[in-house]
Amino acid sequence: MARSGTAASKPANARDDAARSNGSDSLSREQKLELYYFMRLTRSLEERLVNLYRQTKVVGGLFRSLGQEADAVGSAYALDRSKGDILSPLIRNLGSMLVQGAKPNEIIKQYMAKGDSPTRGRELNIHYGDLVRGFIGQISHLGDMVPVMAGVTLSFKMRKQDRVGLVYVGDGATSTGAFHEGINFAAVQRCPLVVVVENNGYAYSTPLSKQTAAKKLVDKAIGYGIAGEQADGNDVIATYEATKRAVDRARSGGGVTLVELITYRRKGHAEHDNQSYVPAGEIDRWASENDPVDRYVKRLIDEGVSKIELTAIDTRVQAEIDTATDEADASPMPDPTDSLAGVYAEPAVVEPLWFREGVKSAVEVHERPSSWGTHDV
Amino acid sequence: MSEITYLEAIREALFEEMERDKNVFCLGEDIGAYGGAFKVTEGLMAKYGEQRVIDTPISETAIVGAAAGAAHMGMRPVCEMQFIDFLSSAYSILTNYVATARYRAMLPCPMVVRGPSGGYVRGGPFHSQNPEAAFLHTPGLKIVYPATASDAKGLLKSAIRDEDCVLYFEHKYLYRRIKEEMPAGDHLTPIGKARVAREGSDISIITYAATVWKALEAAEQVEKEDGLSVEVIDLRTLLPMDDAAIVETVKKTNRVLVVHEDTRTGGVAGEITARINEKAFEWLDAPVLRITAADVPLPYSPPLEDYVLPQTSDIVAGLRKLAAY
Repeated sequence: MARSGTAASKPANARDDAARSNGSDSLSREQKLELYYFMRLTRSLEERLVNLYRQTKVVGGLFRSLGQEADAVGSAYALDRSKGDILSPLIRNLGSMLVQGAKPNEIIKQYMAKGDSPTRGRELNIHYGDLVRGFIGQISHLGDMVPVMAGVTLSFKMRKQDRVGLVYVGDGATSTGAFHEGINFAAVQRCPLVVVVENNGYAYSTPLSKQTAAKKLVDKAIGYGIAGEQADGNDVIATYEATKRAVDRARSGGGVTLVELITYRRKGHAEHDNQSYVPAGEIDRWASENDPVDRYVKRLIDEGVSKIELTAIDTRVQAEIDTATDEADASPMPDPTDSLAGVYAEPAVVEPLWFREGVKSAVEVHERPSSWGTHDV
Repeated sequence: MSEITYLEAIREALFEEMERDKNVFCLGEDIGAYGGAFKVTEGLMAKYGEQRVIDTPISETAIVGAAAGAAHMGMRPVCEMQFIDFLSSAYSILTNYVATARYRAMLPCPMVVRGPSGGYVRGGPFHSQNPEAAFLHTPGLKIVYPATASDAKGLLKSAIRDEDCVLYFEHKYLYRRIKEEMPAGDHLTPIGKARVAREGSDISIITYAATVWKALEAAEQVEKEDGLSVEVIDLRTLLPMDDAAIVETVKKTNRVLVVHEDTRTGGVAGEITARINEKAFEWLDAPVLRITAADVPLPYSPPLEDYVLPQTSDIVAGLRKLAAY
């Protein structure tokens, strides 16, 4: 096994942690069903995106969060949307964005590069944000969102607002300078910030053992003088509760918390990645023994939720995704000249280059490469 | 009204803008209790407190990143790089995050990153840099570089009020060497507008920052010794560049010397020359010449630094070469 000595490599232990958190009932039945809805929506929406990707309607790469739905949904659910809390997602946090109010049609339009997508075709996949709903557009450079969210939460503190920020990083991002600078700055300033490290075992192909010599990523909290907590990221309730403690600490003036969520990335970095670097059997073991949706379904049924209720949610999710797909499919592609708008507030539009003056489209047919050159087709 | 230095003009702009808008705040290394390495922010913390004048860890990426996050929320952060040489430590987050925020995510990023720049001060390779060209290439940023005390004040106030990120380079050689009476009232210098520092009809010098003063010295000398009438354009803003002012002076004199203190290859002068080539080629009577630093890291020892950096005598030589062409 590539990763030894980490909790992520021992799904059975994660289950023991889950059993310990079974006693809590801080969430109502409706809230627990809502968690299920968001987890199911995340998984089903990504499955739809896979279909669209194979139909080449997704024009760029496709990033899955299969097996990580609980950590994304449970942690975001700990924020208070009525208070204006804000999160900054990672590429595996579709579920977190859905909790904050992102809509399936927006996600599909983003992937299909449509002109009426939230970024008007400028950015890819789930890289978009909406400050009103409480999620901020991430960039690809890992770690950079930590200092940005330090600043967002610094503004909460300066204005004495009762708001909290949450920033997601992966195990890989903890190696970046930006992560260090951002979390240290936020710690010194006692910003109301929660830093969630989603430890899914791999950064692209690099296992945790090659990312850090730390035994646990949560141990880094000690060095920053902040609180730290580790939880089973495949248990949505345990994830929620650990993050909620951190959110409450931030809101009450207790400063930054580092929350490490142990999970597992069952798909490759992106859809093209064949995961040749993963030890045999590892993915299957996590799929069969520690699937976050399966675990949560079992738990809900143990608590008295009927299969009929869950099936009704599944049906609702499918209908929503069908509607969203139809709408995204019918959406127009962007007007090429819109590419020159919005770099600055002033000037609002960049002048076209002399050889583009009066040109409506640069080419007659837009080539749609079947890969980025990252693999043989 | 009394004259104040370039440095005092910057400080005055900070005081006025913090007084005017409670969303304006400063962050940087040693800027609070200590007042900054050059004392630009002296007195700010005493007046506005440590919530609005934040002493940060040594973390340029965090300073710029946190400013961006706060700016998204409606604050108006002013970051200080202790020396502008350290701006490169924040290069990634500035170019990848800040500069793209409005375009890719419709996130406004009204913030200023300012800091002491430039050489002629025996600062050596890491306390003398002019990194403007590295950022000129980044859509989404604005760059200003004042040469006078009144522009130092007016451009900083405009930068703080701008809706996008402005890199504000302040020349440390000029900090305490030049003085000027400030224009009355709420003095704003428009971003994107060059200034005619000296009228002339035979040759144009296009420059900015400390070399504006060397260009003016050279212009005086060739007027006296050669009878040449030299126009000096102080760009003031590098991004967006004032193409109209550049073309206007080319049409007027037909001979252009571009001068800057930064190194040559990939420098701002090359960009200016290309623009003249595309927009005013038929108005030229001579090739556009460049006077710049040599392409070496800036050395410390006076004989070395003075050899590498452009001097008044170099500009005089350039003017004479153009006049003779």
